[in-house]
Parts: sequence; C-alpha cells; structure tokens
Amino acid sequence: MNASDSDEDIYNERSALVRSESPALPSYIPDSDLTPPNGTPTKRLKAGISRRPGAAAADGGGSDPEVEAEEEELTLKYGAKHVIMLFIPVTLCMVVVVATIKSVSFYTEKTDQQLIYTPFTENTSSVGRRLLNSVLNTIIMISVIVVMTIFLVVLYKYRCYKFIHGWLILSSLMLLFWFSFMYLGEVFKTYNLAMDYPTVGVIIWNFGAVGMICIHWKGPLQLQQAYLILISALMALVFIKYLPEWSAWVILGAISVYDLVAVLSPKGPLRMLVETAQERNEPIFPALIYSSAMVWTVGMASPNETQRSEPDEEAEQSDGRAEPPSRHSRLLPEDEMEEDRGVKLGLGDFIFYSVLVGKAAATGGDWNTTLACFVAILIVCVPPWTAPPLCDLKHKQELLKTVSPAAAQRHHEHPDDSFINPDCI
Amino acid sequence: MTAAVFFGCTFIAFGPAIALFLFTIAREPLRVIFLIAGAFFWLVSLLLSSLVWFISVQISNKESAAQQKGLLIFGVVLSVLLQETFRFAYYKLLKKANEGLLTLSQEETMPISIRQLAYVSGLGFGFMSGAFSVVNILADSAGPGTVGIHGDSQHYFLSSAFMTMAIILLHMFWGVVFFDACEKQRWWAVGAVVISHLLVSCLTFQNPEYVASLVPTYVILFLMGVWAFYSAGGSLRNLKLCLTCKDKDLLLANHRPR
Repeated sequence: MNASDSDEDIYNERSALVRSESPALPSYIPDSDLTPPNGTPTKRLKAGISRRPGAAAADGGGSDPEVEAEEEELTLKYGAKHVIMLFIPVTLCMVVVVATIKSVSFYTEKTDQQLIYTPFTENTSSVGRRLLNSVLNTIIMISVIVVMTIFLVVLYKYRCYKFIHGWLILSSLMLLFWFSFMYLGEVFKTYNLAMDYPTVGVIIWNFGAVGMICIHWKGPLQLQQAYLILISALMALVFIKYLPEWSAWVILGAISVYDLVAVLSPKGPLRMLVETAQERNEPIFPALIYSSAMVWTVGMASPNETQRSEPDEEAEQSDGRAEPPSRHSRLLPEDEMEEDRGVKLGLGDFIFYSVLVGKAAATGGDWNTTLACFVAILIVCVPPWTAPPLCDLKHKQELLKTVSPAAAQRHHEHPDDSFINPDCI
Repeated sequence: MTAAVFFGCTFIAFGPAIALFLFTIAREPLRVIFLIAGAFFWLVSLLLSSLVWFISVQISNKESAAQQKGLLIFGVVLSVLLQETFRFAYYKLLKKANEGLLTLSQEETMPISIRQLAYVSGLGFGFMSGAFSVVNILADSAGPGTVGIHGDSQHYFLSSAFMTMAIILLHMFWGVVFFDACEKQRWWAVGAVVISHLLVSCLTFQNPEYVASLVPTYVILFLMGVWAFYSAGGSLRNLKLCLTCKDKDLLLANHRPR
C-alpha cells in the first residue's frame, strides 16, 4: 500500500505535467446530470489514436462507422492543431511589427515621401479632398496589384519559370538585404548603439545569404519559416511607413474584398494559379507561401518528390530514398500524414494582418486597440485557412473509400502533396 | 525603479493566469482555440457596452461632474450585464457546437467536455478583461514618471496589478460556476454569479481607498474559488488524495502506476 519505496516512478510536479492522451478530465463524483460518461472518452480516444499503427497493418479499413467516427474526431483535432500552427507564426509576425512600431520611431515618423503607387498626397486642406485622394490611391494600388497578379499567372501558365524565379529572387534580395539594412540602421539609431560598416556588412551579408538559400533552395524548416516571417514583417513595416493614413485603411478594406474575389471566384487569378499548380502537381513557389510542414524533403518520403522540377542531384537522392522511407512510413502513417500535410498561408496575408495591427498600434498610443485587433484577426481571419486542407483530406478519403478500401488505406499512408481542392474553397 | 515596477506588476497581474495557461491549456490546440474565442466574445461585449457609454457621454452634459459619475456607474453596470450575457451566449454556442459535433461523429463522447470548456472560456474572458484593465498601466509604468506626484495614491500600479489578478481568477471561477449552473438549470446560481460580478466591479468605485476595494474582492475571490472547486466535482477527500499523491484516477490519467 505505502509502496513509495518499491515505486521507481517519481510523481513530482514535473512528471505530473506530462500530457495525458485523454482530453476529458476524470470526474471524481460522476454526475448523472451531465451527459457524457467520463470514463469512455479515455478509452475511445486512446483507441482512436493507437488505431493507426495497429489497424493499418491488420484490417484494410475496419468496421466502417467506427473508423469514420474516429476519423471525424481526429479530423477535428487535426484541424485544431493546424489552426494553432498558423496562430503561432501570425502572432510572431505581429509581435515583431508591433514591437518595432512601438520602439523604433522611424516607422511612425511623418514623412512626405510616398510610394509611387500612392501618388496623391493627403496633406490637403479639406476632408473631402483627403478622402478623394485616399480613394484614388487605393484604386491605383489595387490595379497595380491586380495587374501584377495577372502577369504572374500568365507567366506561370506559359511556363516562364525562369522569369518568375528571377523576379522572386530580385524581390527577396531587396527585402533581405536592403530593407533589413535599413531596419538594422534604425534600430541602432533608436538604441544609440555605435557600429562600424564592416561589422554591419558581415551581419547583413550573412543574414541575407542564408535567407536566400533557405527561402529559394533548401534549409531547415524552422529557419525557412523564421525568414518568411521576418520578410513579411519587414514588408509590413515599409507599408506602414510609406502609406499615408487614410489610404492605408481604405487599401486594407479593398484588399480584403479583392482577396475574397481572387480566391473564390472561378476566374480569379489566384484561384487559377492554384489550379494550374495542382494540375501540374507542382507546389507553389516557396517565396510566396508560408508552409507549416516540410514540402521538399531529402530523406523524408514523398513519392511526388521526383515530379518536381528540381536539380538532378536532389532528384537522384529522392529517387533512391523514396522506397525505404515509404516502407518506414507504413509503420507510422499518422505521423507521415500529419507531417506531409501541414497548412499553407500566403505571405500576402501575413503582411496584410501585420499592417492592420501595426497601423492600429501606430495610430493610437493605446495598447487596447492593438490587442483588440490582434485577437479579432486571430479569430476571424486565421481559421478559414485550415479549411481547404481539411476539406481536401476528407474529400479524398471519401472518394477513395467509394472506390476501394485498400486504396483508401494506401491513401492514408501516402497522401500526395496537393494544395487546395478548388471545390472546397 | 521603472523596470522593477513594470516586471513586478506584470507578473503579479498575469502570473497565475499564465501559469494556468502553460500547464493546462497550451498543449491542447482545441483548448487554446476556445480560449481565444472566449477572449473574442468578451471583446465584443466590451465593444457594445463602450459604444453605448460613448454615445451617452456625447449627449450628456460634460460640465456636470455628478452626471459624469452617474454615467460611469451606469456604464460599469451595463458592461457587467453585457459581459454575463455574452458568457451565456458563448455557453449556448458551445452547447450547439458540441451537439453538432456529437451528431457528426456518431459517438457518445465529445473531444472536449463542457467542464473543460467552462474553465477555458472563463480563463479566456479573464485574460482579455485583465489585459484591457492593466496593459496601458504597465506600458506607462515602464517609462519615466512619478506615481501620484499630484497628491494621488502612490500605490496605484501595485493595486491595479492585484485587482487585475483577482479579476482574471474571478472570471475563471465565474465561468466554471456559470456553465455548471446552466447545465443543471440552477438559475439562482447564475444570478449569484452576476451579482458577485456587479459587486466586485462596483467595489472599484471605492478607489483610491484601495484597502476597501481590494480586501472584499479577495474575500469574494476565495469564496468563488471554493464554490467553483465544489461545482467542478472537487471535494476535501479528492484534495487530500491529490495532494498526497494517492489519487488513482489522476495518476492513471497521467500514466503513473501506483
């Protein structure tokens, strides 16, 4: 009874924090009024999670309602996990932007310099004139964005990959070297730190070179994610500085409308881009999308690796390695599925949300406004991005189930890396 | 002084709440989402009540101090009532969502129980409420300045921090008791929650007599804590078992054989 001597396990507060698999807290006084008997969720969910390795090998699908029910529950947890995987980078980006806005005064200083995309000034005498100017600025900005997007889609359709790559490389060069140099300079000025040019040169060179490699070629996933967050933050800061006040708010409103139109309508340029990428079974360019899971892999399995237009060296490697990992993946289909899938969010959305929060932080000295914008964006704007992969997943599972259970099982183990099912958007 | 005050007040105000978050909520994505959704609901309730207050202030007589004070009291009472209304609305929404999930999954169990939702949503309300109360004060406490240089109390920052901690924990307890009362259709308990919330908010009108406002608030906090503990299924026996590490259910749930 008092088995503390013979017990090897130490129950202290550290081990008590081990996360249990059952989400339902055990009830000490089972209350007959409350609906679910608390004993069953533990068993049910444990069965659900441990089902995969066992059932995957054993039966080719199990009993249908049970499998489906467990899949529904796992889909919900899967969806929740991916929402969190988006919350974290969006939060980080906003934190970087807000921290900079609040500390480095450069980005909130009034300047007469404006971007060429917003030529109309807001230093006018009357309110009506100012409103008119901001609307005109918005029209110009949105038309520039639309034209550029259509241009990109046309280039992609006609397979001018080199041009697109060159364009993306040029823009990320500018962001990683020039904007970060400016940013570093302003931070040093704010904190009154003395610094010499050779040191700054070395820092910026290292930062930029590693960033280029991570974003356009290969690098550890988290480093790539960090760089994407940083360049989104830098871009957002530039917009916050150089967009005049009213134009910024009108542009934000117009961009959200345009975003909806471009992604949802069948002729929208973004939708066409995504569909073309799906048809060709290629992932979208890395410099435009934040992905929460590994897309390229050297060593991790994805049979689609060989279909990508990559340098020969990597194709050979992935050819060679596609077989053993796929066998390995049969044992852990759940990990495989969750790691290959991930969820993607366009960098434009990062920039958009950060500009919103940054403007809220810059406009009032009030922290309450910033907090309110932050929570509102997290709840309203982020969860819809997890719907397409979820929808895609369920769609495929259902389709394959009707065809053959064996195919459905195979799908569990080797999901292809497709992006968005257009029917689900 | 300023950095010490800033960090001290931040940790006083948010320490227990962040500890609760890290140890019980951070690992479960579903709970985090419901926490943030709860915070959003509180935010919407505040938006509505501030809208009403703002309009009423604009149409009032700005010179009369008595009228402004009366409007403030009216604003506080309205805000409390709206917050509790939104708590009820969140409860209804979660019940519906849970039922929807049940029918969808054809099972008898839910991935997250209503008690966990009560705790998480209460904490979400608390986080947002506490943040709105104290974040501007914290931002000012980091900068140059002297507290109460014009003759006001010198304990402003500290008492604000303590009040915030009490409010955050109270929101969590209120959430647990409220949801439990709604589940069991005990409307007197719901009324008690609303009345205690009103009481705590109106106690703040005693400021700058901080002793008069803080001590009763902490008494109410303790009482609500005990009530929430019992309504969540706790008891003295459970507490003893848990503290002496003999509780089989808890150990089983954490995979500890005993």
